[in-house]
Amino acid sequence: MDWSTLLSLAPSILASALRTATPIALAAYSGVLAERAGVVNIAIEGMMLMAAMVGDLAMLYTGSIWVGIFAGLLAAGVLALLHGALSITFKTDQIISGTAINIFAMGVTGFAYKRFLATPELSRPSPSTLQPIEIPLLKDIPVLGDVLFRNRPIVYAMLILTFVIWYALFKTPWGLRVRAVGEHPKAADTMGINVYRTRYISVFLSGLLAGLAGLWFSLEQVGHFDMLMTNGKGFIGLAAMIFGKWNPLGALAAALIFGLPEAVQINLAMSMPNVPYQFMSMIPYILTIIVLTGVVGRAVSPAADGTPYNKG
Amino acid sequence: MPLALEARGITKRFPGVLANDKVDFQLEQGEIHALLGENGAGKTTLMNILYGLYKADEGEILVDGKPITMTDPKDAIRHGIGMVHQHFMLVPVMTVAENVMLGDETPTPRSAWMGPLSHLNVKAVEEKIRELSTRYGLAVDPTEYVQTLPVGVQQRVEIIKVLYRDARILILDEPTAVLTPQEAQDMFKIMQSLVDQGVSIIFITHKLKEVLAIADRITVMRAGRVVGSTTPAQATEAQLAAMMVGREVILEVKKGEAQPGAEILKVENLSVIDDRKHKAVRGVSFAVSAGEVLGVAGVQGNGQTELVEAITGLRKAESGHIHLGDTDLVNHAPRWVFEHGTAHVPEDRQKHGLVLSYSVRDNLTLVSYYQPPFSKGGVLEEDFIAANAAKLIKEFDIRTPSAQTAVSTLSGGNQQKVIVARELNRPVKLLVAAQPTRGLDVGSIEFIHHRIIEQRDAGCAVLLASAELDEILSLSDRVAVMYKGEILDILPIKEATRERVGLLMAGVQEQR
Ligand SMILES: Nc1ncnc2c1ncn2[C@@H]1O[C@H](COP(=O)(O)OP(=O)(O)OP(=O)(O)O)[C@@H](O)[C@H]1O
Ligand SMILES: [Mg+2]
Repeated sequence: MDWSTLLSLAPSILASALRTATPIALAAYSGVLAERAGVVNIAIEGMMLMAAMVGDLAMLYTGSIWVGIFAGLLAAGVLALLHGALSITFKTDQIISGTAINIFAMGVTGFAYKRFLATPELSRPSPSTLQPIEIPLLKDIPVLGDVLFRNRPIVYAMLILTFVIWYALFKTPWGLRVRAVGEHPKAADTMGINVYRTRYISVFLSGLLAGLAGLWFSLEQVGHFDMLMTNGKGFIGLAAMIFGKWNPLGALAAALIFGLPEAVQINLAMSMPNVPYQFMSMIPYILTIIVLTGVVGRAVSPAADGTPYNKG
Repeated sequence: MPLALEARGITKRFPGVLANDKVDFQLEQGEIHALLGENGAGKTTLMNILYGLYKADEGEILVDGKPITMTDPKDAIRHGIGMVHQHFMLVPVMTVAENVMLGDETPTPRSAWMGPLSHLNVKAVEEKIRELSTRYGLAVDPTEYVQTLPVGVQQRVEIIKVLYRDARILILDEPTAVLTPQEAQDMFKIMQSLVDQGVSIIFITHKLKEVLAIADRITVMRAGRVVGSTTPAQATEAQLAAMMVGREVILEVKKGEAQPGAEILKVENLSVIDDRKHKAVRGVSFAVSAGEVLGVAGVQGNGQTELVEAITGLRKAESGHIHLGDTDLVNHAPRWVFEHGTAHVPEDRQKHGLVLSYSVRDNLTLVSYYQPPFSKGGVLEEDFIAANAAKLIKEFDIRTPSAQTAVSTLSGGNQQKVIVARELNRPVKLLVAAQPTRGLDVGSIEFIHHRIIEQRDAGCAVLLASAELDEILSLSDRVAVMYKGEILDILPIKEATRERVGLLMAGVQEQR
């Protein structure tokens, strides 16, 4: 393989990198929102699966892809509220609550798949995926147009959300309160901020983002639900969250880095040297461990991350 | 005078403790009302109830003569009540401006319609902070991160927080505990100018001199009850002390002549860098012998903290030597330093002295739990640990419902006593005490001073760093004065007059 083939493939590699980065980035934002408010959410993977399944199911029964999207988001939001109730109100260990939700989601989606979704003669609307939207004029910019402006809706949503969440977290009163609640809930309480409500809202929004990440699989990329189709991307999202230091801009960069190996693989499948793909999939985790050891500047989580708040 | 704030029959129970027992308290408009009481008397609890942080089991709260419902601090803030808490309520990773506006954010005019998602007007807040800071002489840079600020400055941030909200009723819970006498004077000026503007202030302190100097009225609590009220004109320090603890307190420290023995601690040319990468200690040399107390005086922030941290292994020394006996302990880990016979009462009790979520019992064995007789063969000796805790709780009069209670629920002064009890209970050659009586009531101060002198007489070398000049002068045998990271002079106690030490603390060195 020479440089000119690589160069000619570059736009398509970048475009698929952006695509594969999308669920990772959304999962990372989901983590950012919850953890900035002091609630660890390792149930993102489960929420993604649930949204992917419910989305497909709702589309199947109503014939509308948009009803599917709505139902999927709602399902993930409900799981998030369950996680919120367990960890904020009942103060259970957040890792255990998250793990329980993951296992529950795997079970329910697996069952629903076999019972409702795996029968051959199902009629889904056609097309059963969200279609690409080409942005007039911008789409014709060389390279950039192909990479950025011929994408499907959830990819655009992810890009826009990066800035919306960054802005909301660091430039608005709401974000200031969320961060205060995640760092020092008692101090926030003394300033008249309702710690519990702030945490619930953040965790719910975290669920919606996880839901969108899950819907990317079933309703934007594939067109139907498959068992365990989220494939650990929720956890890679958490890695991207840490890598990006709990900041959506950093998380997007991390998601792109983590998405790149897969994109290269997709495009160069033929000309790839004999590197087992498992090595490629290890890259995100290795990079995360490097970040956590502090080589590339320390990653410090919010001080009250994972600790329930007790009012006196 | 009409009442600004009134509490009627407030009762509050915690598991195993009756923290407030039918407390009546009245704050008149425009007065400074001092609230005194021994550690654990229930002062902070009462204030937390008035501020809506805790819910009273019984009783009612009136503002301007009208009963109000108080369910959370939001209600208090709405009624114009502001509180500076005993332990700071600041988010370390945020800037001063962010901390000040938290909960009462100013949006930019154009984005105001977006409510919680409007654009924070940081510039406007910084401007208002600068204005408050010049008006009241509270030097603070609103763009700095709180975690880089010394405690004295953090205190100013707390005060700016309440001024920013135009509080009419101010609760100050031990605001002077972490201040130097000079800073405390500045604080009083601020309080006075606030009162002139019609603000009413509740002022909690353990320093009786301050009470007599600034209060209009004084209320004393003991064991959850109000035991009496008086005015500065009618009371003396000794009377107040007796009222607080229910017995006579000897305010003077009685001690004999020091009998210095062999040199225990020898510091040579020590330099230390602080968190902000400034050189905080600059080539300091001194020695402390067995059987003497060397006091380190100085205005806070002149390197005392870093000096103590270097000696106890909490901070790396940049250069120089610290000899403990014949070993150089420079850059050794804290455990190593402890094992070689050092006890440490740290300046920041919650950060370096305690594991807040652990029980009193476990905190009392925190430095020796892995050694016999506290453990054998890697297994904790629960019986011994329990007996040890019971003994220390009794001896040091730690007010706690039980040894199993989490230290975080103890009153500030009792948290301090846990540390002092642990550190004075070990056989050590060197005691390094930084602000050992911060936040303690007069009775406990008397007791702990007594114990420090006892340690001295038993042949321990004592290094005492304190912002309390009285404490330094009454305990020390020699006084070292630190200024801008250097020791300007070391005076024998006979020559260490208030005036001389005060001048040295201000950096004025006599010509010889
Ligand atoms: N959150 C809590 N949970 C359980 N017990 C508590 C709690 N807060 C206070 N207490 C108990 O209530 C009693 C009164 O404590 P409080 O903090 O009001 O004392 P204080 O007068 O402020 O003392 P100090 O001068 O030492 O600060 C103490 O015995 C303390 O252990
Ligand atoms: Mg108190």
